[in-house]
Amino acid sequence: MAQHQVRYLQESGLPVVLTTADKILQWGRSNSLWALTYGLACCAIEMMASGASRYDFDRFGTIFRASPRQADLMIVAGTLTKKHAEFIRRLYDQMTEPKWVISMGSCANTGGMFNTYATVQGVDRIIPVDIYLPGCAPRPETLQYAVMMLQKQIRRESAFQKLKPKRLV
Amino acid sequence: MRRYQEKDNVQNRAYYNDRFWVAPQIPKESVEDDKVFSEDLESLKSKFEIKEAYIQRGQMVVYIDARDNKAVLTHLRDKLSYNFLSEMSAIDWLAKSNEFEIFYQMLSTSKRKRLRVKCFIKENEAIESVEDIYKSANWAEREMYDMMGVKVNNHPYLKRILMPDDWQGHPLRKTYPLHGDEAAQWYEVDKIFGKDYREIIGPENRDAAYVNERDTKHFARIKHEVKFGEKPSKEPTDLMDYQEEGGVFLIKKLKKDESITLKERR
Repeated sequence: MAQHQVRYLQESGLPVVLTTADKILQWGRSNSLWALTYGLACCAIEMMASGASRYDFDRFGTIFRASPRQADLMIVAGTLTKKHAEFIRRLYDQMTEPKWVISMGSCANTGGMFNTYATVQGVDRIIPVDIYLPGCAPRPETLQYAVMMLQKQIRRESAFQKLKPKRLV
Repeated sequence: MRRYQEKDNVQNRAYYNDRFWVAPQIPKESVEDDKVFSEDLESLKSKFEIKEAYIQRGQMVVYIDARDNKAVLTHLRDKLSYNFLSEMSAIDWLAKSNEFEIFYQMLSTSKRKRLRVKCFIKENEAIESVEDIYKSANWAEREMYDMMGVKVNNHPYLKRILMPDDWQGHPLRKTYPLHGDEAAQWYEVDKIFGKDYREIIGPENRDAAYVNERDTKHFARIKHEVKFGEKPSKEPTDLMDYQEEGGVFLIKKLKKDESITLKERR
């Protein structure tokens, strides 16, 4: 016997939520963006601070993973040298689809102040980037905002995109 | 960096006129003034050819023949108690005299004195390794080889230490361009994608002041962001909205006009 009167058509009484498969799948994806730890320079300090208790990335479902196989977001935090470029590409290729990249800070965006022979002038020469995050270094709030923008972008996308080969960069 | 000078009315005067300016030198003192150093120098002179010796900022500088470098350093360590090779590298004088200046910065912890041994080698000559006398020379010599291209004989593992193994050129030579030569500028593209991919990726943008708001592949105009490669738009985008229209279920949309700003902390 029902203990409570359930008014199905009022006050959200119906224990059913209607949505589309796209929306719920992308909602799930966007709220569990597991990031690959990719600290390369001083931006890594801000990235670690975003993961720690004060800023707490876990609120967004973003947990740092040390393996590219378990990650679907790569936050490139710091200066990418030419010596390291092949490894970032290899790690990006090892991540499973779907995958996204945030380029964090001036050095990752454009090479920043390192206008020299040994620095890659922007990680987008190596891997495709979804969000460019300006700053030197960006504060943790800025990185959180970037993750929120990425979540928004993911929710807009269709969940069942035909896996077309991504442009390399 | 060149000193800044006013450039208005440039037509009437040369704005760069310190062409014959000579950098001030640190004064060189005679070695006889210092008792410890003069004894050391006597000991060295009795065995080796000393080309020049003086004291600068309380440190003795000794010029030797490059072929004596190992014998001199052994003598300094065993007889004169210079027990520490704190630094060594090369200086590029190729443009001036087609030679490298090799320096060894020594420290004696018992005498509390520092001494610098210097010698010259030609560009295509090699220097003998001092790694078996001072272990600290191992990486220093590798770095010297990597950055300057100075070959070191009898080094146990002469391999590039900073740059990747397949790097071309030696970056700390004065003739090496700061932005890298062609191999350096395309290094990562050539290595990862192959040379055919150069056209697709394009050359590096080395101009820090480059701004083109029509170019949506490299720029997002603030408040007018569009997707990668799409046409630039004049319509303002309000990216401050966290939630898109329609929203996500269970998550309420923040309405700006209904939100309040607290005057003080509750």
